[in-house]
Amino acid sequence: MITAIVCIAGIGLVASFVLAVADKYLSVQEDPRIGLVLSELPGANCGGCGFAGCDAYARALVEGTAPNGACPAGGEAVAAKIAGILGVEASATEKRVALVKCCGTRSEAIRVGDYNGICDCNVAAMTAGGDKGCVYGCLGYGACANVCPKGAISIYDGLAKVDKRLCIGCGKCVSVCPKKLIELVPSSATIHVLCNNPDKGPSVRKVCGVGCMGCHLCEKNSGGKEAGHFTFQGFLAKVNYSNPPTDEQIVAKCPAKCMSVDPLLESGH
Amino acid sequence: MSGYLIILVGAVLVNNFVLSRFLGCCPFLGVSKRTETALGMSGAVIFVMTVASAVSWCIDHWLLKPNDLDYIHTLAFILVIAALVQFIDIAMKRFLPPLHAALGIFLPLITTNCAVLGVAEINFKQQTGFGEAVFFSFAAAVGFSLALVIFSGIREKLEHADPPRCFRGVAIALVTGGLLSLAFMGFSGLVKLPY
Repeated sequence: MITAIVCIAGIGLVASFVLAVADKYLSVQEDPRIGLVLSELPGANCGGCGFAGCDAYARALVEGTAPNGACPAGGEAVAAKIAGILGVEASATEKRVALVKCCGTRSEAIRVGDYNGICDCNVAAMTAGGDKGCVYGCLGYGACANVCPKGAISIYDGLAKVDKRLCIGCGKCVSVCPKKLIELVPSSATIHVLCNNPDKGPSVRKVCGVGCMGCHLCEKNSGGKEAGHFTFQGFLAKVNYSNPPTDEQIVAKCPAKCMSVDPLLESGH
Repeated sequence: MSGYLIILVGAVLVNNFVLSRFLGCCPFLGVSKRTETALGMSGAVIFVMTVASAVSWCIDHWLLKPNDLDYIHTLAFILVIAALVQFIDIAMKRFLPPLHAALGIFLPLITTNCAVLGVAEINFKQQTGFGEAVFFSFAAAVGFSLALVIFSGIREKLEHADPPRCFRGVAIALVTGGLLSLAFMGFSGLVKLPY
């Protein structure tokens, strides 16, 4: 009995001693900055930086393999703090937010069928492209809203709306949308074209009351082609977000009514 | 030499650790969803089981036997193997970072799991020599790996299958595991087993 106790206790003591020595002399010294950087990051693990979570991004930052300021959720404030820890310059990144490029509500955009399957855009899109007449438009079954880690997206009148104040720009909604109509745009840009349909005007008009017809009026009103505020893909106007227009007059002059001033802010219900 | 061959065939095919002895079922179900992770786990199990059996053999023959303490061997094995795996984890992180990155997350998982402790127990019961005991453990771990990799391959296919709703997930995996075990029953009688 005594031998047994002594024996087991002895094994335990030796093992713990060996482990203690190993922990002291063999342990890998982690850079203490990793912990500091990690405590500054938002900790949402959204993956918006392109790394598998905040921990991986913190490691890459300390190793110098990742650019500072890639964290869309933290934005410039966090980048500046991290720059202070690492002693490097923060590359200025403007906060980017998601924009749903469609304004075809239930009353404006026609529906060509009754869809009563699973309430998910991807499933609906696989079912003959969805029930919306415009095959480019927002289906409004909330795949983006379901994937949003911040609950910034909600569905109003068959249309996804992003709350700019809640959006952290992680881009999950961008990748989940079957129609690929969500784009990350600079949060300072105020004028947006809310349409994703590059078809000719008459075909657009057949399916939606507020679709872009590619009339180029927005371009003309904002200083012509030379000003470079808009680009065109087929018959679809796109805001050039590296040189966004500032004159809000052009929104009212859009004949298709598919432009909007800061639609992201209005959606905050 | 033929003795070692019999041990190998016996431990890998006939008395497969998972499919015939039903040891190590938790990692068998837990990490068999992807073949890549199954391979990582296999590497860790082979490594730990071989080393653990060597250490437990030494403890048994040099510490427990001389002191007539055979009856506490399970307790001693758990203690030693747990500390050993922890030590390997620390040492590997320092000296072999790539290997640690590949096996690291699995090492804490198999600290004295039933397969690792089971092989020490079987060795204790058989009372073989050091070489045979270590080789048997290695072969048993290879058998575990074989079962795990086969199973993960099937489970990857199962992902795309469309079983009835009540069978989805773990249920169909358990049924598959059972069928796999039945298939391995076909090997029984292949060699006359010392184990």
